Amino acid sequence: MSSDTETKPAAKPVAKPAAKPVELPAFEKSISDKVVEKFGDKVEVEFVKENRVGIKAKREDVHDVAEFVRDGLNYDHVESVSGVDYPQDKEIEVVYHIGSYSDSSLAKQILVLSTRAQREENPLPGKDATKLPSLRDIFYSVEFHEREVFEMFGVYFTGHPDNRRLLLPEDWADLPPLRKDFAIKGR
Amino acid sequence: MTAELPPGLAIQKVDERIMTLNVGPQHPGSGHMRIVVQIDGDYIVACDPDPGYVHRGEEKMAEYRNYITNIPHLERPVIHDSCNVLYPYVLGVEELLGIEVPERAKYVRVICSELNRCIYIMYWLAIYGIFLGHSTMFMWPAGDRELLIDLMEKISGARVTHAHFVPGGVRNDLPPNFEEVCLRQVNYFEKRIKEYAAVFYDNPILISRTQDTGVLSREDAIRLGTTGSVLRASGVNYDLRQKEPYDVYDELDVHSPVMKEGDSYARSKIPWLDMLESCKIIRQALEKMPKSGSVRVKLKPNPKGKGLDSVYKRVESGRGSLGCHIVSDGKVEPYRLKLSVGSFRNLIALPYLLKGEKLGNMPSVYWSLNYWPVEADR
Repeated sequence: MSSDTETKPAAKPVAKPAAKPVELPAFEKSISDKVVEKFGDKVEVEFVKENRVGIKAKREDVHDVAEFVRDGLNYDHVESVSGVDYPQDKEIEVVYHIGSYSDSSLAKQILVLSTRAQREENPLPGKDATKLPSLRDIFYSVEFHEREVFEMFGVYFTGHPDNRRLLLPEDWADLPPLRKDFAIKGR
Repeated sequence: MTAELPPGLAIQKVDERIMTLNVGPQHPGSGHMRIVVQIDGDYIVACDPDPGYVHRGEEKMAEYRNYITNIPHLERPVIHDSCNVLYPYVLGVEELLGIEVPERAKYVRVICSELNRCIYIMYWLAIYGIFLGHSTMFMWPAGDRELLIDLMEKISGARVTHAHFVPGGVRNDLPPNFEEVCLRQVNYFEKRIKEYAAVFYDNPILISRTQDTGVLSREDAIRLGTTGSVLRASGVNYDLRQKEPYDVYDELDVHSPVMKEGDSYARSKIPWLDMLESCKIIRQALEKMPKSGSVRVKLKPNPKGKGLDSVYKRVESGRGSLGCHIVSDGKVEPYRLKLSVGSFRNLIALPYLLKGEKLGNMPSVYWSLNYWPVEADR
């Protein structure tokens, strides 16, 4: 870190931070503006980058925001649902990457909708307070993704019709394995 | 009794008329997964895919390794498409670190990626052929695939697991005379796969077995969030190489094939048309590629991101869009890495397509999904 061993011309890495204070991409900004206009301070714009808009919503609002994203902004499917565990915040974040096939102006865009669930020290998946509203009635495509997040992080999605395990074996009795407190042996 | 079961487990009621069949995980026709099918006579009334038999925890492993040592194990979910599965990860790490890749490296990546797409599709086609009882379609792709494997071996030194893409470019430059050899082999390969039409795609037996089976409408394909050949077979023109071009795809002429039928036949033909398109892309890339220059930006040891940051990058792999979500907390390892793979996304269509089909049509529908169980499980 102290000595730059084999750096390339430093011009390029420097050029990136310099580009940051310049105008936010206009189209992406208009998307985030629409969400803010509708929900006000209920949502927080996490970032506006090229082709990516990040929206943060509280867990009680995420269902409404997702509904607006589908009906008001023409997004139509969820590409990926990832959980991220933050033990120091006592929260588990669930990130939906939402895209659109039917609206060609949104073909490049991904709307990153994230929300956070309460995290339990001693999880009892499905029976503790780690719960979020399911978006399956809005975006059908989240069905398997939410099942995966439930077994890997213990986030129970209320309203999901089929909260069975998907990838883990039926007799798995340990912590949900992608939580940070589940450690790989020997590491 | 049912009330005491923990969430995640369920007991099913048994109907006397309905028979439940377990297809897999040992049955070769299901790959490394289990499909629970309920049949009434010869007709499937319900289907419950049960993946997870080859779950290896790639995402957990990635949290313990730094950005460079993650490369070899992240390509394991689809070893025969290893360049494409690494591609979004490499693009994501480059964005986190703020690296610009040399022009020649971008072209080398596109060539590797297209070669790998063909290698993957040939493997898939061989499996599709043999499960429809067409042995020739197993032998020919398995043999012709060697042409391209040979090229990738010349580039990377490994036949299957190349680990050739690194953040900052590619591991090595192309070997001398590669352009001529590549052009020759790809031209021959293209001529060969065109011959497949006569023996396979125009074969009345294949057509009668696959046409109008497992029809996925355009609306359902969008609603279920399918991707890749499944989506394009249902009439949605969506290919990331055109829609969100990465590296130098915006300088190349890409016409990804689209069909409207949405049946098994269309889903099995799209990958073959994809290969013909890939051959054209490789020729264009060979022509436009800078003839010399650097192919790699050397990184500092133990590269790390700048504080809490996240990226989501996606590329078009052999099975459709492949996304990689990296969350970095400024350490040398990723804080969280999630692969959103085409196989996992297309799996949700299986229960829809199989409902009401004859049991005998199951292989033609299941394999037409371009599904690779190991990738879906990660």
